[in-house]
Amino acid sequence: MRQFFSIVDNLSEVAVGSSKPLASLLVEILPPLPAFLEEYEQLLAMITACGIFVAVVPLIPLVLVLAERKVSAFIQDRTGPMRVGPWGILQTLADGVKLLFKEDLIPPYGDRVLFRIAPYIIVCFSLAAFVAIPFGAIDLGDEQYIFIVSNLNIGIFYILAVSSVIVIGIIMAGWASNSKWSLLGSLRSAAQMVSYEIPVGLSILSVIMLVQTLNMQGIVDQQGSGLHSWLIFRTPFSFVAFFVFFISAIAEVNRTPFDLPEAESELVAGFHTEYSGMRFALFFIAEYANMFAVCAIAATLFLGGWQGVLPGIDILGGLPGFVFKTLFLVFVMMWIRWTLPRLRVDQLMNLCWKYLIPVSFFNILGVGIWMLVLGADTMDMKSLGPSLVIIVLAVFILLRQVFKGVSGTKQETIPAPSI
Amino acid sequence: MAAEGSKFIEVQPFSDEMVLSMGPQHPSTHGVLKLELRLDGEIVREAIPHIGYLHRCFEKHAENLSYPQIIPFTDRMDYIAAMNQNWGFCLAVEKMMAADEKFSGVPERAEYLRVLVGELNRIASHLLSFGTYGMDIGAFTPFLYAFRDREEILLLFEEICGARLTYNYIRIGGVSRDMPPDWLGHVKNFIDYFEPKVDEYNALLTENKIFIERTVKVAVLDEDMAINYGITGPNLRGAGKKWDLRKDEPYSIYDRFDFDVPIGHDIPRIGAVLGDCWNRYKVRMDEMKESVKIIRQILNQEIPEGPIIAQYKAVRPPAGEIFDRSEAPRGELGFYIVSDGSVKPVRLKAKSPCFTALSALQELSKGLMVADIIAIIGSIDIVMGEIDR
Repeated sequence: MRQFFSIVDNLSEVAVGSSKPLASLLVEILPPLPAFLEEYEQLLAMITACGIFVAVVPLIPLVLVLAERKVSAFIQDRTGPMRVGPWGILQTLADGVKLLFKEDLIPPYGDRVLFRIAPYIIVCFSLAAFVAIPFGAIDLGDEQYIFIVSNLNIGIFYILAVSSVIVIGIIMAGWASNSKWSLLGSLRSAAQMVSYEIPVGLSILSVIMLVQTLNMQGIVDQQGSGLHSWLIFRTPFSFVAFFVFFISAIAEVNRTPFDLPEAESELVAGFHTEYSGMRFALFFIAEYANMFAVCAIAATLFLGGWQGVLPGIDILGGLPGFVFKTLFLVFVMMWIRWTLPRLRVDQLMNLCWKYLIPVSFFNILGVGIWMLVLGADTMDMKSLGPSLVIIVLAVFILLRQVFKGVSGTKQETIPAPSI
Repeated sequence: MAAEGSKFIEVQPFSDEMVLSMGPQHPSTHGVLKLELRLDGEIVREAIPHIGYLHRCFEKHAENLSYPQIIPFTDRMDYIAAMNQNWGFCLAVEKMMAADEKFSGVPERAEYLRVLVGELNRIASHLLSFGTYGMDIGAFTPFLYAFRDREEILLLFEEICGARLTYNYIRIGGVSRDMPPDWLGHVKNFIDYFEPKVDEYNALLTENKIFIERTVKVAVLDEDMAINYGITGPNLRGAGKKWDLRKDEPYSIYDRFDFDVPIGHDIPRIGAVLGDCWNRYKVRMDEMKESVKIIRQILNQEIPEGPIIAQYKAVRPPAGEIFDRSEAPRGELGFYIVSDGSVKPVRLKAKSPCFTALSALQELSKGLMVADIIAIIGSIDIVMGEIDR
């Protein structure tokens, strides 16, 4: 027991500098425990931190489900759910209650054990990615406490690994449904997710090269000097890496334009066809949790995490800022979903292997060369200046091209004059 | 569908060919169509349409009904463009009645009203085809936009004849009701609101790179193939053939209006070829603009006062037979009527444009992927009510 606690003590000090995770904060601010619980203090603090995590994090998908319905309604010129609660905010609750009452049907000839386990694997590993994401921080005295469950030294690597396990859950769900179409849908989804993990990993790599650490809090610390120190602006290649990451993240989460596995091409809902009731709800919770997680990762890696626009820690520990950035990215994902049509599966794989992966490799090369030549791992204007100039120029040219293209086509495709 | 009568399709139980039944109930809203897909993995070897799920014995019913009683049945054929179905039938009957001296011919006012509602219904029908096509391809929002605008049109129709979908408005010899006093003002408001919308929908869906990649060069129905199958309407015009019954064999008062007939083009910039899904879809978008043009011309003219329906004693066409056709939004709608001089037809046959379009599906879909099948069905714009009758 004592050895276990010494390990726990060590883990809590392994963080970068003097930043400590949530469990340490709880140890600090909560009143001292009675004597017989003294040696379990660390353990109880960690359990409480996990409890807070488990209580708060699964609520995020519930909010996002409603947000999606409202956002989609807003885009489609209608109001969305309005009846249940003021402005329809209790709609998700009502849906959850309804799903609880549904018949729990397990396909008779399918694999019963796998059928039951699959949703839990998907949900657990989607939520497990939140463990290493720093939500904010406060300064108490001379110690900085971060709102993070576990400040792992391999933070981002752990998140990638955990997201990959979700693929297994999807294959299990498709196999256990004992249906050709579910199996095909799940295999297709698995192929898509596995393929798009490569550009995700490579884009993250090109950013990790800039900060020289896998620790999520370390990454956020390095972006602490204000808006211009965000990793997205460090080099033009990391700017591109952000968009490659975002597109691949949308594919990872199986959202339109990459949602062919869930679409009607097989005329069924893909791998979650045979699921009903609460199991079905779990798939949706997992999807939205996953969506929030990848947006949180994008916000942490590229947009400064909980660091704000100005140096120093923002009000309320940077938490509102972080949540705002993440929710903005989630909103962009929803916006894209309700605007764009769907890619066909061969076009989807084409995009990944022939376009995103070469661009990712090019990004890594570019960041490496940039660092050698201009030294982007410091904050001087010698490297930041050219980077910002190139980024602004590229964005300007691209936008001009896009808007020129839109107005230019109107003259070309005209109907022929009548006889 | 096959030329040699009923065709027995062998199923080899141990082949590597998978039979997928895209069953009668679709997520896409084209009605009850069963597609038997024979797949080699993702590639379709054969797509065999099975129809008849919506067959309601319309033609047999018609033999027991008098001619005015048949008109509500035509509403239910292509229920999305019901005005044009009514009109097609009434045209055929009026042509037969022209020999009857008691029949005074369709009055001017009725003709104008017919063109107005016909063109409004054309816009509504193309809007629905645009919306559902977008939804099939995966863009959910155009569907909502299309239905929002379609609601406005259905409100106009409700004002003039009381119904939103099955109108029974165009009667033999004219129309059933005159328009309310401020109806033309409402039509003008709608047209002013709607005209910039087509450009908006083009920017949203037609010019969208993903949509273009899903639809260009897919299922090229070239002009020869279309004519061989007897396909007409936007499907034929998308293949490059400029053929529109409103211009080439004008009926009613269409010869008084100035409008273009949009056809498909080869557009290298986006890779579209003549006769592919994109061109067929684009023709419908352009046709909406042309319908707007026609309606504007009517609004700018004075619609003459007068009766709205012809004078006749009874609808007893002289004995004989006739085949007359009109340009419905989905193609050439024809009615073949055999009359023996009584109030009921001896035989009524409706030639449905969607039926001929669907018959080409089998040939078009060879070698494509399953996702492309959805793209094709949306681009040929079928309504099962018309195919099955």
